[in-house]
Amino acid sequence: MLHAARRLPLSGKIGLAIVLFWLMVALIGPFIAPYTPGAFVSEEVFAGSSGKFWFGSDFLGRDVLSRLLVGARFTVGLSVLAATLACATGTGLALTAAVGPRWVDELLSRAMDTMISIPGKVFALVMVAAFGSSLMLLTLIVAITYVPGNFRIARSLAVGLARLDYVEVARARGEGRLHLALVEMLPNMIRPLFADIGLRFVFIVLLLSGLSFLGLGLQPPDADLGSLVRENVSGLGEGALAVLVPALAIASLTVSVNLLIDAATQGKAR
Amino acid sequence: MSGSASAQRPTWIAPLRLIAARIGAALLTLLLVSMVIFAISGLLPGDAAQEALGQGATAGQIAALRHEMGLDQPGPVRYVRWLGGIVKGDPGTSIVANQPVSKIISERLPNTLRLAALTSMVAVPLAFLIGVFSAIARGRRLDRALNVLTLSMVALPEFLVATLAVLLFAVKLRWLPSIALVPQEPTLGEFLRAYTMPVISLAVIVVAQMARMIRAAIIAELDRPYVEMARLKGVRPGRLIFRHVLPNAIGPIVNAMALSLSYLFGGAIIVETIFSYPGLASLMVNAVTSRDMPLLQACAMIFCATYLLLVLIADTVAILANPQLRKG
Amino acid sequence: MTTPSHVDVRDLSVTVRRPDGTLLRIVDSVSFSIPRGEVLALIGESGSGKTTIALSLMGYARGGAVISGQIRVGNASLDGVGPASLAAQRGNRITYVAQSAAAAFNPSRRIIDQVIEPALIHRTAAAPAARERAIGLFRALALPTPETIGERYPHELSGGQLQRLMAAMALITKPDVVIFDEPTTALDVTTQVEVLQAFRRVFREEGATGVYVSHDLAVVAQMADHILVLNGGKVREQNSAATLIAEPQDDYTRMLMSAAQPVVQAITPPAPKAATPLLEIDGIFAGYGPIDREGRPANPVLSAVSLSIGKGAALGVIGESGSGKSTVARVVAGLLTPTAGTVSLDGEVLAPTLAERTREQLRRVQIVFQNADVALNPAHSVGEILARPLRFYHGKTGADARRRVNELLDLTRLPSSVIDRRCGELSGGQKQRVNLARALAAEPDIILCDEVTSALDTVVRGAILDLLGDLRRDLGLAYLFISHDIATVKALCDEIVVFYKGTRVEHGTSDAYAAPPYHPYTELLITSVPELRPGWLADYPYQPVAPVANVTQSSDICRFLQRCPRSRQGLCDIAAPPLRTLENGSRILCHLDTSELAH
Ligand SMILES: Nc1ncnc2c1ncn2[C@@H]1O[C@H](COP(=O)(O)OP(=O)(O)O)[C@@H](O)[C@H]1O
Ligand code: SF4
Ligand SMILES: [Mg+2]
Repeated sequence: MLHAARRLPLSGKIGLAIVLFWLMVALIGPFIAPYTPGAFVSEEVFAGSSGKFWFGSDFLGRDVLSRLLVGARFTVGLSVLAATLACATGTGLALTAAVGPRWVDELLSRAMDTMISIPGKVFALVMVAAFGSSLMLLTLIVAITYVPGNFRIARSLAVGLARLDYVEVARARGEGRLHLALVEMLPNMIRPLFADIGLRFVFIVLLLSGLSFLGLGLQPPDADLGSLVRENVSGLGEGALAVLVPALAIASLTVSVNLLIDAATQGKAR
Repeated sequence: MSGSASAQRPTWIAPLRLIAARIGAALLTLLLVSMVIFAISGLLPGDAAQEALGQGATAGQIAALRHEMGLDQPGPVRYVRWLGGIVKGDPGTSIVANQPVSKIISERLPNTLRLAALTSMVAVPLAFLIGVFSAIARGRRLDRALNVLTLSMVALPEFLVATLAVLLFAVKLRWLPSIALVPQEPTLGEFLRAYTMPVISLAVIVVAQMARMIRAAIIAELDRPYVEMARLKGVRPGRLIFRHVLPNAIGPIVNAMALSLSYLFGGAIIVETIFSYPGLASLMVNAVTSRDMPLLQACAMIFCATYLLLVLIADTVAILANPQLRKG
Repeated sequence: MTTPSHVDVRDLSVTVRRPDGTLLRIVDSVSFSIPRGEVLALIGESGSGKTTIALSLMGYARGGAVISGQIRVGNASLDGVGPASLAAQRGNRITYVAQSAAAAFNPSRRIIDQVIEPALIHRTAAAPAARERAIGLFRALALPTPETIGERYPHELSGGQLQRLMAAMALITKPDVVIFDEPTTALDVTTQVEVLQAFRRVFREEGATGVYVSHDLAVVAQMADHILVLNGGKVREQNSAATLIAEPQDDYTRMLMSAAQPVVQAITPPAPKAATPLLEIDGIFAGYGPIDREGRPANPVLSAVSLSIGKGAALGVIGESGSGKSTVARVVAGLLTPTAGTVSLDGEVLAPTLAERTREQLRRVQIVFQNADVALNPAHSVGEILARPLRFYHGKTGADARRRVNELLDLTRLPSSVIDRRCGELSGGQKQRVNLARALAAEPDIILCDEVTSALDTVVRGAILDLLGDLRRDLGLAYLFISHDIATVKALCDEIVVFYKGTRVEHGTSDAYAAPPYHPYTELLITSVPELRPGWLADYPYQPVAPVANVTQSSDICRFLQRCPRSRQGLCDIAAPPLRTLENGSRILCHLDTSELAH
């Protein structure tokens, strides 16, 4: 692992460092927060940076840093969960389509083609309108939104593999479908799929924060990074840190994941 | 050879058949999409009658309204009626505004289309240039720099771009207003003032995405043996790209453009909201907030239809550009 | 040499940087010269540096390799000149014919535009003149409809035609040197002869100087005046073609020459045939694509194919690519369901699909594919690959399985150190041995070998054939051995079946293929294989047959009619050919009898 990390180009190393930083924040953020996230601790609203409040105060005079540390846990945690869920489902269905009977493949592909024709944000909005946005529902909604994308990638990988001679040999040996999918095909899909999980994670972070920014994601008192931007958007006119910092935090997370994936996949591709 | 077979038929038959098949498939997908959207949004218990009357309504009032709105009918019947309405251009009445949905949308849709068109006019040429140049400079410093730049840009949340734009142009420089209000008959100056920031906010991400896909499409072609052959014929780099590579990359490139442009409509949801731009996307957000289902369904259908239309156009261009498909 | 040399290469070396940073010389101090109007052949196995040398004559190196040494072509020197003047030479004074013309032509441009492009960009001719010259070259290359063939797109033409069109493109600027890089390797033998004939003729007419790259000595003997033998980037031997073939000096050259004519140690013919053959295929119809109402697949491949193989016997199947050889193997293995006909094992009819066959039936029939690169799962180690069938068919696990895996490695002459390696780390020959070992792990009665030696270099191919022969003798295995190369099949098999367009046109003992009479298609196949003697091509008797005009190909009449040099009007184009037995015991599908076919 360490060896592989050392061989990454500079952009990849920076990406990796920031990703690790955010994972760390998600794990221990709430414990190191200087103030209770909901407490009104500053006299001044939209205060600038100071020794007491590193990132200033928000529209109600709460400490931005503390709220950020807690909000990051929601953003990172929910997105990791949703990305894993989306990719496990998508890849599972893709393998089913590749080794299953023809009609299963046709049915699944048709269904996923339909789903993919509904733009992600539109689908999520309709789902939120219909079902609401509790924590669990929200995770499910964003996960489902990105199943078709992963399915499409995984299916094309799996269908390509299914035609290869080593899978044919296993089939001719009399191996069952489960063996074909899990032993012969899946191990050869892991690497490209890993990159895809990263990509889905970025999309999901953006979608979740986008929803929260619109006021349709996480509901108060819970707040993820997108909610923080929304809450403080009225401070934009005075260039408040309270609105800039969470937005930049999201960007640093997504950009660094992207840089890391790109750096990690590049060496293989060439 | 297959050439002799196609010689007997007029040459335009084969592509026309293919294109017709694509149109059929797109219409079928749209039908399935409508089912999904209706199933999610139209078949739930917490229904529109309750919403419309509010908390204070009695069970009797609600039942009466349900009947009036046809909500007591079985799902498939309601779906067919709804779909029929959409096809006829009458997707029902907005519960909140109490106006025909078609009227509300017809006021908003042109605004979104105008925003999308302006953004495309900026984004497509820019993305094309970036994509082509980084493909030509593959692996060199320019390419690596552009790679990191576009890679970062695609991962930016739209609201960050919009926020930074406001901060720069409206707060620091005071060149532009932070809200995109377009007067009835704008002068060029007013027009630019209103559109610059929304267009920039949308274009940043779309350009990056499109440029990356265009680069990938061209690079996939550069690795094919015919490119090496062209080099061995003494073809210079410029001619190589424009005469040899691009004709083969047209399919993937238009596909990249279609996908990125369809993304533009998703991005518009946030950008329109931030700038209080009176478009379809911000209308849809309002519909979600107020749970105005007929309006929401109609907006969703328009976005999906736009996506399918863009992909269909890209497919058609790809078919016409490929002699193997074109000549059947 | 009295003629001043036209191409002169001194101390050519090409160096690449490996991923770990070390330098590797893939071409090492190669020197040669070519007199004007003559052809030099570069010959060697894959990886010996042939293509690298050929490309460096154009100042071109793949993937950042570095060229050093002196290269002179005509009166231009190519070393140390800038990219602009290189581009001015390429495609103009020095031109190139690639191995796969199908991939090297741009799919979205018309052929003629691509053929005349070098003349236009190097301004050696104006468009109308270039067009005229192109059509002249098309004619000289015996292309059909030379006036209009250029209007087509690459996908509308066959591999042999594209290869000739690429030669026209290379000659359009009247270059100083033309480089041919394995131009016929991807073609069927019958097409190869036509293309070689066309190349020879046009070379004579144009008086061109050439470099001809190939791995096939027999082909090279027809095309070259001088031969240079390469091994591992170094020159082993260099001489005039006639001398080198008559009196090879270098050991490596001698090894190449003997490997080109494989001989497998004679095998005691299998015991007199038992009443029921081991494997019997009866009246198989099969194909690909959706099946219509009458039960015919959209793309029918096999029609009425019957074969039988005795216990311990080896049946060879030959035919050109696309003739349905692999399809037969797939049907027997159960991978493809036939639309009609049966496959039986020891008299017992096998179910058409895999799912309905018993594990025991599956065990007894194993299949081995051509390309070991994709036949072995890159995610598994050699040990895992071999252990799986042991567990699956024999329930062997643990130490038991490990012992057997080692035995299998021994049997296929692999070192036991490969057991923990992944197949990506093995050489081509080793991979093919693992591929065989996996089939042997099942302890089958018959192995279906689909082109198992075709992707290998001649020397490695010889070793694998030896192994197959030994295994057969020691284990009593039967083979269904598929190949497009008749020499390989003759070396290993007792009986040979010839396929043409999915029908069996001839079936006889290997010995019967030593001399006529054969089926006219078999005759074409056998005579098309180049012999290792200069002048063979010049003596080659056949010219491509002009297709018989206006025959509506009904399913009944002879499928070979369009290409048959012996066809009889009023017979072959009217009635279906009968299945007849020749005097040497071969059965053929033809109207002609022994006396008519024996010359
Ligand atoms: N999976 C497939 N789908 C459709 N057509 C196929 C497939 N495999 C082979 N074919 C076609 O079947 C014919 C015979 O192929 P094959 O049996 O592989 O011939 P051979 O092994 O003699 O080269 C060819 O025309 C080929 O294009
Ligand atoms: S039947 Fe006629 S056409 Fe067919 S192979 Fe025999 S001689 Fe040739
Ligand atoms: Mg084959």
